[in-house]
Amino acid sequence: MVDVLVIGGGNAALCAALMAREAGATVLMVESAPREWRGGNSMHVRNLRCMHDAPQDVLLDAYPEEEFWQDLQKVTGGATNEKLARLVIRASSQCRDWMRRHGVRFQPSLAGTLHLSRTNAFFMGGGKALVNAYYRSGEQLGVKVRYDSPVDALEIEDGRFTAARIGSERIEAKSCVLACGGFESNLEWQREAWGRNERGEWPADNFLVRGTRFNRGVLLKFMMDAGADIIGDPSQAHCVAIDARAPLYDGGIVTRVDCVSLGVMLNRDARRFYDEGEDFWPKRYAIWGRLVAQQPGQIAYCIIDSKAIGRFMPPVFPGVQAQNLPQLAQQLGLDCDAFMHTLGDFNAACRPGTFDHTVLDDCRTEGLTPPKTHWALPIDTAPFYAYALRPGITFTYLGLKTNQMAAVHFGGVPSGNLFVAGEMMAGNVLGRGYTAGVGMSIGTAFGRIAGAQAAAAALKDPSYAAA
Amino acid sequence: MRPLDSLAREAVALAQGEHLSASETEVARQMQICNACRYCEGFCAVFPAMTRRLEFGKADVHYLASLCHNCGACLHACQYAPPHEFAVNVPKAMAQLRVQSYADFAWPRALGALYRRNGVVLAFAAAIGLALFMILLLRIDDDIAGQSLAANFYAVFPHNTLVLMFGAVFAFAVLALAMSARAFWRAVASETGKPASATNASRNGQAAAAAARDALTLKYLDGGHGDGCNEASDAFTLVRRRFHHATFYGFMLCFAATCVATLYHYALGLHAPYAMTSLPVILGSVGGIGLLVGPAGLLWLNLHRDPAHGDPQQRPMDVGFIALLFASSLTGLALLLWRDTGSMPWLLAVHLGIVMALFLTLPYGKFVHAVLRSAALLKYAIEKRQPNPWAQGAD
Repeated sequence: MVDVLVIGGGNAALCAALMAREAGATVLMVESAPREWRGGNSMHVRNLRCMHDAPQDVLLDAYPEEEFWQDLQKVTGGATNEKLARLVIRASSQCRDWMRRHGVRFQPSLAGTLHLSRTNAFFMGGGKALVNAYYRSGEQLGVKVRYDSPVDALEIEDGRFTAARIGSERIEAKSCVLACGGFESNLEWQREAWGRNERGEWPADNFLVRGTRFNRGVLLKFMMDAGADIIGDPSQAHCVAIDARAPLYDGGIVTRVDCVSLGVMLNRDARRFYDEGEDFWPKRYAIWGRLVAQQPGQIAYCIIDSKAIGRFMPPVFPGVQAQNLPQLAQQLGLDCDAFMHTLGDFNAACRPGTFDHTVLDDCRTEGLTPPKTHWALPIDTAPFYAYALRPGITFTYLGLKTNQMAAVHFGGVPSGNLFVAGEMMAGNVLGRGYTAGVGMSIGTAFGRIAGAQAAAAALKDPSYAAA
Repeated sequence: MRPLDSLAREAVALAQGEHLSASETEVARQMQICNACRYCEGFCAVFPAMTRRLEFGKADVHYLASLCHNCGACLHACQYAPPHEFAVNVPKAMAQLRVQSYADFAWPRALGALYRRNGVVLAFAAAIGLALFMILLLRIDDDIAGQSLAANFYAVFPHNTLVLMFGAVFAFAVLALAMSARAFWRAVASETGKPASATNASRNGQAAAAAARDALTLKYLDGGHGDGCNEASDAFTLVRRRFHHATFYGFMLCFAATCVATLYHYALGLHAPYAMTSLPVILGSVGGIGLLVGPAGLLWLNLHRDPAHGDPQQRPMDVGFIALLFASSLTGLALLLWRDTGSMPWLLAVHLGIVMALFLTLPYGKFVHAVLRSAALLKYAIEKRQPNPWAQGAD
């Protein structure tokens, strides 16, 4: 029998497997995906939010614990557990040497991401390179990995894990780490979680999944039915407005459209619905998925003119282009009168100011509802461009309640040998909202804790000592 | 069949208003995706160069293709690599375009056709080179029969004949390569017509030094982190960089040996054969060993590389060039070892035939990558010293 069974194949699972192996346990990892799709959402990530008190290799200045904590409180609106959050924050300041030892390499923040150069350490080559490095290190250390192995059930006796099942196959282990993600790619569950809105629509029918196609929430559902303590709201997720032409799964980073703050966002009725210039785009991009999800048809159109070209990250698909606004409305299939009315009102409401995308500038609208409070320039310079956007779910926050030992809980009692890490428990720290790189901070911190705890639980097992 | 593909292709065509070949379109399509991602920016020069562009026209794609060292890092790191429907494989797309660059910028242009079946071309050149010297040998064999040659090469082939033949071929190769470099530079340069100022001149001097350093150290085979590049798997290794160094510097030492010997001959009146401890022989021997070890290693790596890297269809071109380098060195060292025996005339003929084939095909084979890559590195070093034209993500 193997000491530690790790269920999952992404960052948290890998951290757990490596830590358990380093602690002397024998480790088997079971990844539901085939090898070429291994790594879950970790193959789409790019950085780690890191606390640090002084400049470090790729990180500028300082990002002290208190500031990180305030940022987390702000984005979650208090939907977080301070004890666990601070645990994650502190761990983020200490984990990078360990990551480097396992082959992860860091680089300064990428072109177009200067706003993250102080707070986030970027992985050279992104998350898939990190995942590859961890798998290589695991292989060298003797971690066994099985691909194409979707666990569908666990055997749990009195809150203790005894075995996992893949169909009729039974895998026993002394302890187990659950790190197999949320349920974002289970569209039926999304549909149920979002329900039906006042317009009679099922909003989730129009969602795209920006992340992996393999996070179907099979074990999350199983654990809910098995009576594990649950945390979070099933409709909460990291949800970004992405290009409507993106593939249903695994669109990843490139499907983002970063020109919202440079133009206006219209819904299907050609009406504006939110302040596009409320704050810097990196601080606001994560709210737009949800905003679009609340609009009729779950679609919105970002309209810019040629003044915006070159001021935002180039999108993967070209925008719809037109030489005049009525033509653009026509190409988008929007009501031309309503469109011209909205654009006319907006252009007339723009106050003269000094445009500066690097500060909260004084270009704003006056007498317009909703206002655009910064970077409001009339949309008047041909050619005009439009991007249709839909909600893109990256990962869900519904998960298993846990503690600082990463233990799964049943009726408030922590399990002695069943642990949880990554997206499956991220909701403990991140109940709502998002800030770049925090998912990796949580996954790395709790993956490492879960691995160490699982090894300890397995190695002190009396049956092991006897053997 | 692939709507994403066609969307991107359409965009590229719209943006450029110029006709792109299939290989050019594919690089432009992939760069459009990469430019929205940028995760690979730390690996090499291709991605930082890409971020200075919003659209990818003919000039851009040929420039970026020659900047790519086919290290493989970005393929293994790519979340959009096959089986993802975006099917991004930058090393492969770049390699497929590079062979078009070699042909398009060949001089004379018509000889670009030699890239179509380059393996056959190289084999044919080798056959011609060998045949030529064998026939020459047969013609003069009678004259030298019965003589003790004792490493007297010029008794076999007169010195002036060799100088004339190799001088002409070498001069032509240099001319053809220079013309290729010029055509490439004109095609990819966007800075032409700008007045040269004093600051520009000093900046260009720094850029040239940086480009030379990047080329001579093979900086972009270090993976950006110093661990090296990818071969058979996603693990990093420095072996390709080392074998390439052995090949290049081995070649340069052999070339230096020839130059020194020429100097000895004309300036000092010292004629071959030279002693084993003489400078030409030491340079040639050390270089020759490098030129055995390097190509052998590169061949082994080439045959064991992950087939997803680069373009396996170019293997005859790669292997042919490697084989010519290896054979030049092997025959040269054999000649050195047995120069005092009766086999010397034959060994000399074979060696000269191979070297002749190598020089004849220098401008029409894999060697051209060195010229275009150096030009691309120079362009990169120059543009890196200019401000980025875009303010993406300035918020």
